[in-house]
Amino acid sequence: MPDTILVVVEQREGKLNRVSWETIAAAQAIAAATGWNLEAAVVGVNAKGIAAEIAAKKLAKAYAVESPMLEPYTPDAFSAALKQLITAKQPKLVVMPHTYQVRDFVPKLATAMGRAVISDCIGFKHENGKLFFTRQMFQGKLAADVSFSSEAPWFATFQNGAFRGDQAEAGSSAAPVETFAAEIADGVVRNKPQEVFKEAKQAVDLTQAEIIVSVGRGIKEQKNIEIAKQLADALGGDLAASRPICDSGWLPMDRQIGSSGQTVAPKLYLALGISGAIQHIVGMKGSRTIIAVNKDSEAPIFEIADYAVVGNLFDIVPPLIDEVKKAKAAG
Amino acid sequence: MKQVPQKDAPLKLNESGTWIREDVSYEVNEPDAFALEEALRQREKHKGEVVVITSGPARAQQVLREALAKGADRAIHLEDNAFVGLDAFNTAKAFAAAIKDEQFDLIFTGLQSDDYGYAQTGVILAELLGWPHATIIMQIEKNDGGISVKRELEAGYFQYVDMPLPAVLTIQSGINKLRYATLIGIKQAKNKPVRKVTLADVQSAICDNLQKVERLYVPQKTKKTERIEGPPGEIAKKLVDKLRNELRVL
Repeated sequence: MPDTILVVVEQREGKLNRVSWETIAAAQAIAAATGWNLEAAVVGVNAKGIAAEIAAKKLAKAYAVESPMLEPYTPDAFSAALKQLITAKQPKLVVMPHTYQVRDFVPKLATAMGRAVISDCIGFKHENGKLFFTRQMFQGKLAADVSFSSEAPWFATFQNGAFRGDQAEAGSSAAPVETFAAEIADGVVRNKPQEVFKEAKQAVDLTQAEIIVSVGRGIKEQKNIEIAKQLADALGGDLAASRPICDSGWLPMDRQIGSSGQTVAPKLYLALGISGAIQHIVGMKGSRTIIAVNKDSEAPIFEIADYAVVGNLFDIVPPLIDEVKKAKAAG
Repeated sequence: MKQVPQKDAPLKLNESGTWIREDVSYEVNEPDAFALEEALRQREKHKGEVVVITSGPARAQQVLREALAKGADRAIHLEDNAFVGLDAFNTAKAFAAAIKDEQFDLIFTGLQSDDYGYAQTGVILAELLGWPHATIIMQIEKNDGGISVKRELEAGYFQYVDMPLPAVLTIQSGINKLRYATLIGIKQAKNKPVRKVTLADVQSAICDNLQKVERLYVPQKTKKTERIEGPPGEIAKKLVDKLRNELRVL
């Protein structure tokens, strides 16, 4: 019997987190390279609906891992539930998105099974029957191919933007959905989470944004943020920033892109006056298209830009706003 | 806390291409500095003792010295070159073995390290100790049953979590403002105790690594960059043309 890959997708309040499609695409690619089976699982109180949604993709089976103890999320309950599923189904490889939630429970789950996680992967290689997982090291300055040296199950998580969600292949018919009732005893769950809340009223989920206009130190003064905002508004996009801008309080922290902020993968990332420190690049290099405007032709942002504009952003942004508005008006 | 290569240090690969060469400048892993600062602030509020622990060769002692100079009370150093090569699972196992006779209420770690960036050691340690944990913490308050922590979630969301002690917390960078060591602190640090733990002391707790860095390399540039040139008005027109006809976002 061939080995099995189990992809665990993520739901938030009963809705599938979009990054899950990327993880399914990643797992499908590994399945295609290895010839292994692919199954998926979703964990929650009422996981069946989402299990049915992902069952439309090319997989052998979708598990709805359910227990009343799984809402709200706790690392204790999620770890216990998935340990039971993995022990019962014996997958060779378990794949998940590298979200904050997965980061919170997957090292615990793997440790409880005496196994390891290769976390935050950006790709994989299958050479002579051996699997390597590619991940960034030293904040993206180097890359590494990492392999498992333990017995199965193996655990790997993939970075947001590492694969394209729209490349998750649909199945010829819906995969069967199986409900897996997890047994979580009293006393297993030690943390008591309160309601999830938003701090900033207009907080945006930049991970879901399709167009992002982002500003860096080159914007010089807080009042200059306005022209970037005008450009974002004209494009129908969201405004974001590199860390120094948020540290200065010119934009709220939830607008920060990078290793200490959000990791995004929009269709368009327009970087204004951002030099491209690696801490920033790790958060946006998965963008489909990157346009960078910077005075310094040596700025590292140009290394990863699709379109490079070497020049003063204060000269270029105002006519760009006008042209975008004209184009929009023309329809 | 962990010692990592300085952020801007040029890194050179070793001969086998499996790790970097040792001749590089090192510094404190930045996220760990926030974890230490939070520990010092909690002690200032609630009394008690701050103990700092690291693993690594002799050079890693610098991390402990800086922490002691900032106000930590004592330090534990798992000193051996071999600790550098341990995976997160074994690093946590070594820490767990080294602190088995300690009576800590809280263990803080940074969010992740600037070298490996696995973001795992703290959570693994919690599981090995049988303690609850919470990650990406922005605030810690003591309450009747233990502590209440504020977790940062994605997309601008937060959540308060009540949890019992002892517990492990991974601290979000930016939770506090880092202090500098004072001259008197630096002087006092010289007399603070540093307990050395050898590889032999924890050898029985660790196993072969469960994962292996097979190759380390400079990532290839995959993008072809097109320069857009001309006077600003013309650049704007060209960009809009790209947005409209190639990216189709307009």
